Formats: sequence, C-alpha cells, structure tokens
Amino acid sequence: MTAILSVRGVTHLYGADKGCQDVNFDLHAGEVLGIVGESGSGKSTLLGVLSGRLAPSCGSVVYRDSQGEAIDIYQASEARRRNLLRTEWGFVEQNPRDGLRMNVSAGANIGERQMAQGLRHYGRLREAGLKWLRQVEIDPARIDDLPGTFSGGMQQRLQIARNLVSSPRLLFMDEPTGGLDVSVQASLLDLLRGLVRELQLAVVIVTHDLAVARLLADRLMVMRRSRVVEAGLTDQVLDDPQHAYSQLLVSSVLQP
Amino acid sequence: MNTIMEARGLSKTFTLHQQHGVVLHVLNDIDFSLSPGECLILAGPSGAGKSTLLRTLYGNYVPSAGSACVRHEGRMVELVGAEPRVVLALRRSTIGYVSQFLRVIPRVSCLNVVMEPALARGMDRDQARERAQHLLARLGIAERLWDLAPGTFSGGEQQRVNIARCFMVTWPVLLLDEPTASLDAANREVVLELVAEAKAGGGAMIAISHDERTRDAMADRYLEISTVEASHAA
Repeated sequence: MTAILSVRGVTHLYGADKGCQDVNFDLHAGEVLGIVGESGSGKSTLLGVLSGRLAPSCGSVVYRDSQGEAIDIYQASEARRRNLLRTEWGFVEQNPRDGLRMNVSAGANIGERQMAQGLRHYGRLREAGLKWLRQVEIDPARIDDLPGTFSGGMQQRLQIARNLVSSPRLLFMDEPTGGLDVSVQASLLDLLRGLVRELQLAVVIVTHDLAVARLLADRLMVMRRSRVVEAGLTDQVLDDPQHAYSQLLVSSVLQP
Repeated sequence: MNTIMEARGLSKTFTLHQQHGVVLHVLNDIDFSLSPGECLILAGPSGAGKSTLLRTLYGNYVPSAGSACVRHEGRMVELVGAEPRVVLALRRSTIGYVSQFLRVIPRVSCLNVVMEPALARGMDRDQARERAQHLLARLGIAERLWDLAPGTFSGGEQQRVNIARCFMVTWPVLLLDEPTASLDAANREVVLELVAEAKAGGGAMIAISHDERTRDAMADRYLEISTVEASHAA
C-alpha cells in the first residue's frame, strides 16, 4: 500500500519556534490523522502547508493522485495545485463563513465545485444538491435559502457538503467543531465519522479538543512550539502519553 | 507448536514527568505463550498490573522492553514498536478487547454500537443487524433499548452492550478485563456460554476476573502477575 500524502521535513517558520518545523508523516486512504496542541503551537501553519496554501521554506509534500501519479505540491504549477484543491482535496474551515459563499443559495454552494469541473446540467446539479443536503442532515427544502439564514451547525454541515460533492480523496479540517454548541458538536462528529468510513477519506484534522481527536482520529501528532513532540495511535497517545508535554496536555483536561 | 500469542521479557514502566519524574515499574519480564482455544487467567493482587498487561498487549500502552508477538494473517507480528497502522490492522481482525467500561459516542444507538466491529470487517448491514439483535436478546437487553444511545444505560447494561459488541465477530485472541464484574448470575452464565463457544471455535483468551465462578469456568492456565516495587527517579 502506498501513501496518499507523504510529508518530509516540512518547515515554515515565522520566528524562532513559531510555525512548524521538520514534520514527517505518511497518510493512507481511509486514515484520519489528528494534530493536537495548544494555541500557537503551529497546528494551523502546518495545515496550511499540507493543504497547498502556504509554501514551506524547506521539505516536501507529495500527493499521489487518483491516477496514481505522485505530485510534489510545491513543484507543481499553480493551475495544477488549484485544480487539485477543488477536485480531489477538500478544506473545511473553522468558521463556515470563510468556506462558504454567503451571497448565493445553499444549492449553489454545493454545485460550485461540479460547475468548476464543467457540469452545466441544471437538473443534475440540483439533484446532487438535494442528495448532499440530505446526506449532511439538512432539510432539502432549504436548498434555495442563503447560508446566512442557517444556524452555525447547519452552515458547518453545508460547508462539508460543499467539499464532499466532488468526491475528494483527501480532506483537511481546521477545528471543524470549534465554534459550535456542544449539542451540535456531537451530531456533527457522528456525521463526520460516518462519512469518513463510507467514503474511505484520508483526513488531516487540527483540533485542540482531545475528545474530538479521540472520536475521529486513528492517530495523533502532538505539537509544541513548532515541533511534533509525540506521534502515535490516538488511544495510546491519550492513555499513555510518553512526552512530558503530552502528559501535561492530557492531564490538564477536565473530566465532566 | 501453533502459538497464537507469545510474550518474552515484556516490561512496562510509566515515567510521570508531571510528578517529579516518578518512574513506576509495573510489569517486569513477563513471559507466556498462548495456543488457539486456550484461556490464560491473570492472577495477582489488585494493582499488580493485570489490566496494564492487557492494555499493553492491545497496543494501548507502550511497552518499555521485551517482545510480544501475535499471529496475524498467518505470520507472527511484533507488537513492540509496531506502527499505528499495524496495531489498527491487528485490532480489526486479530485482537479483541473488552473492558468493564463502554466508551459511548453521543447519538450512536446501542444497535449501531454493537454492529460496528462486524461492519468494520465488511459484513453486510442486514446480516450484522440480525446478529446484533440476537446477541442483545441473549444478553437480556430489552428490545426497547436497542435504538437508544447507551449513554444513559445502567452499568450492567453498558457492560452487556460491550460484550455483545465484542462477540459480533470471532477473535483469534480476546483480552477480557473483568467481563462479568457488574452482571447478575443469569447474565454471567450467558457470558460464560459465549466464552465457551468462542474457545470451542479456536479463540484464545487472556482474562482478568475477581469472580471465582468465572475464573473456574474459563481457565486453562493461570499466569501469576506479582507487584513490582515502585522506585523513584533521582
């Protein structure tokens, strides 16, 4: 089995120990990798580099596409990278307003990727829109409504639908449940778990919430001051953390 | 000999960095080998490290030294130092684990919790549902509870859901931590029947139980785990 994403020696620093440095891992289809650590540890910088948004100062991010071709993301042309970003990749922003187009309907949000891929048939676009609204548990009758009329949880589900409509193979998520009420979080996590298994998605998820990480991630990387201090199986890192900082992180969580 | 699992010199220490670097030596030099259809009972006082051994064999705890191998898809695979991907593959089809406690996921129904290991192995949904219903009924979980999330169930009910989940599929090696701890006599007998069926089918087990009836019914052999004195780092 070959990795869908191979990351070697990736570094992007803003200052001493600010950003990320010397990050290495392989991600396979159907695997969920969680990146945890406190604010300022470099999680989001790393996610930016991995997802093609922020060029690293050194190191490489190699993606193996659906045709089996290995593409070095930062050696590829801008057009190639953009194309990947809206077809085989998805990115779910923490704030759905950053990931949605707020001035067009829910249906148009979902249809955008397919239109970019050349699908023009109105009936088929609408059909896909209805299907994906159902899939993310939004009432299909809301297809013509603007995202601004949706609750936070619904907006986040719409953003997920908008990303998944192009059948991506790799999904990046930045604190996807961050701004949501706890009751809404649970249903979103359940939805994500189901979709990941069903679609065999490879996922990189950044979160500071260890409970979210335990529920979604197969394995974890713990970041501190721009470096990965520990990596391993999720339940092992949470139940038997080896590094002093991971132990501090795990023991600092309040048990409800 | 067709060994299914083998440990040699397996040790586990915990270094508590947040508590003045205290080092706890919990397991020291554990040796055993396990054959298909055999049940090994871990014996020893509370705190001797019996649960730690089960968790170490499941890849939940990181071993400190030694070796632990398990036969997976026809060849012996080393657990010590194994990649997460390898441990996950072992957990999907070779090593099962049941603790006393069910980790519930909000909103996921009892039936879906039980079906999950079978679905993960690619069993057809209808077939999985049928088997899950059969097991839940056998373990005395009332039908009206099947579509509810088990978060609000009693301790004994949660434990039976956990057991049903584990017996959805067959495991070459099953690790059981107090499988009958909060069950009444009737339910305990059902669990012992399930255990006997699994053993007859060639499943090997390592179990911890404080209940004498459970131990006597399951045991082929005992492994004594003795307390190791804790020492402090300088």
